[in-house]
Amino acid sequence: MDSKDIIKPENLVYGKTPLLNDVVMHYCPGCSHGTAHKVLAEVIDEMGIQEKTIGIAPVGCAVFAYNYIDIDWQEAAHGRAPALATGVARLNPDKFVFTYQGDGDLASIGTSEIIHACNRGENMMVVFINNGIYGMTGGQMAPTTLSGMVTSTTPGGRNIDLNGFPLRITDIVAQLPGTSYVTRQSVHTPGAVRKIKRAMKKAVQNVLDKKGTTFIEVVSTCNSGWKMTPVEANEWMEKNMISYYPIGDLKDSVKGEKVSNH
Amino acid sequence: MGELRLMKGNEVIAEAAIRCGCDGYFGYPITPQSEVMETLMQRAPWNETGMVVLQAESEVAAINMVYGAAATGKKVMTTSSSPGISLMTEGISYIAGAELPCLLVNVQRGGPGLGTIQPSQADYNQAVKGGGHGDYKLIVLAPSSVQEMNDFVGLAFDLAFAYRNPAMILTDGAIGQMMEKVELSEYVPRWTPEEIAAKWGDWATTGKPKTRNKNIITSLELDPDKMERNNLRFQEKYREIEAREQRAENIMCDDAEYLFVAFGTSARVCQKAVEVARDKGLKVGLLRPITLYPFPKNVFKELCGHVKGFLTVEMNAGQMIEDVKLTVHEAGYAVPVEHFGRMGGIIPSPSEVLDAMVKTFIKR
Repeated sequence: MDSKDIIKPENLVYGKTPLLNDVVMHYCPGCSHGTAHKVLAEVIDEMGIQEKTIGIAPVGCAVFAYNYIDIDWQEAAHGRAPALATGVARLNPDKFVFTYQGDGDLASIGTSEIIHACNRGENMMVVFINNGIYGMTGGQMAPTTLSGMVTSTTPGGRNIDLNGFPLRITDIVAQLPGTSYVTRQSVHTPGAVRKIKRAMKKAVQNVLDKKGTTFIEVVSTCNSGWKMTPVEANEWMEKNMISYYPIGDLKDSVKGEKVSNH
Repeated sequence: MGELRLMKGNEVIAEAAIRCGCDGYFGYPITPQSEVMETLMQRAPWNETGMVVLQAESEVAAINMVYGAAATGKKVMTTSSSPGISLMTEGISYIAGAELPCLLVNVQRGGPGLGTIQPSQADYNQAVKGGGHGDYKLIVLAPSSVQEMNDFVGLAFDLAFAYRNPAMILTDGAIGQMMEKVELSEYVPRWTPEEIAAKWGDWATTGKPKTRNKNIITSLELDPDKMERNNLRFQEKYREIEAREQRAENIMCDDAEYLFVAFGTSARVCQKAVEVARDKGLKVGLLRPITLYPFPKNVFKELCGHVKGFLTVEMNAGQMIEDVKLTVHEAGYAVPVEHFGRMGGIIPSPSEVLDAMVKTFIKR
């Protein structure tokens, strides 16, 4: 088989999912959003749920998520995506709804909406991109910013006395009986991508099975906001972020089950 | 003749919603309108028509639940009172910007701040001038009876969907709490998914079939040229609403020399004052705007020729008077326009407003 045969469509072993629209992404090179979008589009495609899926985009870098994945979308006000998703899910129980939110959106201005949606056990999936910084507005401190981490509003590093502690909101939602599956993943290596894809399929299936809210934190990089190259950002994330936000399942249960060991 | 009942205004909002085929209600308790959600929970329409009722964690969440559900082409609503409407205003601006139809009800109480739980009309400007950020308008209906609380629910939904624009019923604690005889509307079935696809398939986010492009509900557009075009489209829609949807009631206006201009509860007070005035031989009438936006400008033009003075009676410091003055000025007349108001939750008495009319115009 020569190179021409190898690239024939019938011989391809991997291709871009048709659910990713053919448009140029606005994300910075090295950003985790692009990979997270690809995983999401592949999961929707492979599970055959494009026609029943409604996505809720946040305010933040992923505000234009609706340009990239070929499904129906709603764009929410900052932090309110879980409330929109609640409205969709309650009135359209035969549909699949997910929110895609960053850490400023979900863990700062939208804490009330995410906690209560999870606590009600709304049948929805939450994809939570945690890169420890506000990307879209230019690299300000997020609730998830690590102690000592330099941002444009913490030029001397995050000071715990002044700014409080980095918020592990995923640990909080795992405590809520309304959530059925809560996991923390990443997309910075091929292995990690394979793992998050498996996790996301489970999260979608739980929602389709009416098991309540499922929640996937994606520990992510923001190399532009962090002022690093993509490779440096991946290394920094592995060394610093994952020790505070450890990868793995926080909860895998059925709705209403008590969680005691977190 | 429909079913006759003796009901509170707030209860009627709930009953009318169920009967007009409403798909969902999202709300948060606040006095003086909590009976709306209480009535819905008592009636449990999910067993009857399939209507969903959910108590949200805040007004902020409630209005955003309305956004999400309205964006799927469903008939959805929320109700609140003044401080709660302020909290919802961010969401209302987004709903207007995303051109989503929905019903909002403001059972006004006195402000500013936490204010009082007594009736007020101090949210006129907030409702009529937009309220939140950006150039947008709500279609605003002002009922002055429990019967109109019933009638305007269906009307507001019709207007909201006709123009893809949020519509508000602007009422107050007096009409919300008072009991009156009401003829309830007949039941209208909720739209089926097929009907929603046929009616609103070009914008509703119901899941993308292979046969159409994806639908996106958003108020965001970073390209200023495109954003200006969006705004021009909104303004064109508002001009169309102004041309077609003005509503007002004229009471003893034909031969009147002096007119009260009042809506909602203050219009009821003025109607009694007109009766008393006529008994005394005074040629006084009442012009009652029913749509506050669009303001019923056309009817003013008809009346300015023979009216010598307008007295707006409002339960606020003088908000609608600005629209009356502007309208009279635009019509090319120099008829004087004055204001009489009570604030802080006080409803003026008929004798009080008639005294104001006499002192302001008749004996001058």
